[in-house]
Amino acid sequence: MAEAAGVPAESLAGCRARAARTVLDQVVLPGEELLLPDQEDGDGPGGAGERPLRLNAAARSRGRVVCGPGLRRCGDRLLVTKCGRLRHKEPGSGSGGGVYWVDSQQKRYVPVKGDHVIGIVTAKSGDIFKVDVGGSEPASLSYLAFEGATKRNRPNVQVGDLIYGQFVVANKDMEPEMVCIDSCGRANGMGVIGQDGLLFKVTLGLIRKLLAPDCEILQEVGKLYPLEIVFGMNGRIWVKAKTIQQTLILANILEACEHMTADQRKQIFSRLAES
Amino acid sequence: MAAERKTKLSKNLLRMKFMQRGLDSETKKQLEEEEKKIISEEHWYLDLPELKEKESFIIEEQSFLLCEDLLYGRMSFRGFNPEVEKLMLQMNTKNKAEEVEEQTVELDVSDEEMARRYETLVGTIGKKFAKKRDRAIYEEDENGDIKPVKAKKMFLKPQD
Repeated sequence: MAEAAGVPAESLAGCRARAARTVLDQVVLPGEELLLPDQEDGDGPGGAGERPLRLNAAARSRGRVVCGPGLRRCGDRLLVTKCGRLRHKEPGSGSGGGVYWVDSQQKRYVPVKGDHVIGIVTAKSGDIFKVDVGGSEPASLSYLAFEGATKRNRPNVQVGDLIYGQFVVANKDMEPEMVCIDSCGRANGMGVIGQDGLLFKVTLGLIRKLLAPDCEILQEVGKLYPLEIVFGMNGRIWVKAKTIQQTLILANILEACEHMTADQRKQIFSRLAES
Repeated sequence: MAAERKTKLSKNLLRMKFMQRGLDSETKKQLEEEEKKIISEEHWYLDLPELKEKESFIIEEQSFLLCEDLLYGRMSFRGFNPEVEKLMLQMNTKNKAEEVEEQTVELDVSDEEMARRYETLVGTIGKKFAKKRDRAIYEEDENGDIKPVKAKKMFLKPQD
């Protein structure tokens, strides 16, 4: 067993960087280097390790490539930092060279600027609220960051309330800050989430799967009975339906659908629709 | 005694404004250049060869919003919360509208016509509020256009 494990490790360490194009939708491991499409010009079986960056017309017309979560820039190449499947999105409006990212699975959330999250107010101190978002530090939320809030007109937020907001500052050096308004000053659905309902935690990958534009799960869930859901990118989901039983059923479905196949899901939904 | 010995004035004193009024423009320029030299010599700079900035074609972003088109996070089904349903429509179409190219807004009045109207409007309204003395400025040309307003005579501050 030790021998068999040793051989693949050696081959990985010795292999050259692969072209990103050939590895799309395949599993990549941390430490791998990927070449961008126009750097494969001189790539052949006898190609050397060092490839000088040629600033010819081809390189310049490529535009900016964005390396998303799970990837880092390493010279001219992309270095994989998380294990998962490599994905690529073509540029829509022609600017830039598209986006590469690694579709990985994790439960621990790291605050990212611009993400909409559900937080729990843990403390009120002076002019700010401390909100627990599941990261390493509680985020701070100023009381003026609500729609229509002024110094005299304070928002009605108590400890223990659920807040749906977005990050304006989120990096590894500073405490994350969140707000409940957008750049124009409008709430756009952010703010205190109402009474009742149930908050539960799922993996981050499931949230992204459920929020994908063509998600069948949500369409089927929406046909069951009237309900309201709020998704936070930090892995938290809040659901509310008319009765407690319906709310619990919904929570169970959403937690379980991560590991179910499409057939199993359809079976469960048909059983629910009958009852 | 006083005529023999010229009083030596310090450089700072000579640099003052009232001392420089008597100088010609040439000497003024020379003094300015000297001053600039002194200042630029005092500025610290790195004695390194010029480094060419490497233009990086790769941008790092940690957010999933760029990668995947995700829907808006608040949802309501079968009329449970009508406000949220309105928001859903608004936010999800906003995402799609950004992809679609903007269509030009149809105008009721074309730009050229607006420009023409304004040209004459400014003159006629201006005439209404101008005092009797100034009304002479608004003489009409042969074509009926208003001539441009002449510069008013204002008090000019005497130069040094």
